Amino acid sequence: MDIVLFLLFAGVAVVCALNLVIQKHPIASALSLIGVMAALAAIYLQLGGEFIAAAQLVVYAGAIMVLFVFVIMLLNEGKERKAKRLLWVSIGGLPLLFVFVALIHFMITHLLPASENVQFGGFTDGTAAAIGTKLFTAYLLPFEVTSVLILIAIVGAIVLARKEVD
Amino acid sequence: MPFPPFSLVAGVPLTWYLTLSVILFALGVAGFLFRRNIITVFMSIELMLNAVNLTFIAFSYKLKQNDGHIFSFFVMVVAAAEAAVGLAIILTVFKNRQTLEIDEVSSLKD
Repeated sequence: MDIVLFLLFAGVAVVCALNLVIQKHPIASALSLIGVMAALAAIYLQLGGEFIAAAQLVVYAGAIMVLFVFVIMLLNEGKERKAKRLLWVSIGGLPLLFVFVALIHFMITHLLPASENVQFGGFTDGTAAAIGTKLFTAYLLPFEVTSVLILIAIVGAIVLARKEVD
Repeated sequence: MPFPPFSLVAGVPLTWYLTLSVILFALGVAGFLFRRNIITVFMSIELMLNAVNLTFIAFSYKLKQNDGHIFSFFVMVVAAAEAAVGLAIILTVFKNRQTLEIDEVSSLKD
C-alpha cells in the first residue's frame, strides 16, 4: 500500500514539475508548482514528517505561492517568446541533464548502504511537539537569527517595491 | 518476471525517494536554464529547494532523527524571505524596463 501511494504522489509531482518547465504562461507554471508542493507534502507525511507536511502546505503552497500569483497577476505579462539560446546549449542541454540524473541515480543506488524500507509509521519523531522541543533547545540560536533574517526581508521588500515620493 | 516487479507490502526503498528528489532537482535546473521569463526562473529555484527538502526528510527517516526536519523548516523560512525580496526586485525591474525577459536585463553584462 505504501508503494502504491508513493508511486501515485511521485507521479503527480514529476508530471507537475514537467508541466512547470514546459508551460509557456507563468500562471500555469505557478499552478503546477502548487501541485508539486501538495504531492511532496503527502510524501513528507509518509516519511513521518507531520509538522513539515503541514508547514509545506501552509507556508509553501499557501503563502509563497499566493505571493507569486499576486505578482504574476499584477504584472500581467502574456506568453513568453521563444528563447534564443547558444547552439551547444540547445543541442547538448537536455542530454547533459539526463547524464546528470543517471549519474546521481547510479551513485545513490550502488554506493549507498542498503537500509530498511520506508513504512508509514516507522518514524514518529516528526510531530510538532518533538520538532518544537528541539527547535527551542538545540536550535535556539539559529531560530532567533531567523527572525532577524525575516525582518531584513520585510524591510528590503518594502524599500525595493515602494513608490518613489519626491 | 513477476508483475509488479516489487513487493507491495515491503514498503518503499529509500533510494526511490532520493531518485524522485534528483528528478525534481534536474527539472528545476532545466527550467532555470531554458526558460527566459524571470518569474518562471524564480519558480524553478523554488522547485530545486523543494527537491533538496525531500532529501533532508528522507535521510531524516533513515537516521531516525528529526534534525533534517528542522533543516528543511529553515530552508522554508529562507525561501519565504527570498521570495519576498526576489519578487520585489522583479516588480522594480518591470517598473523600470517594462519587460520580464531575463535576456533583456543585461546591463551589468554589457
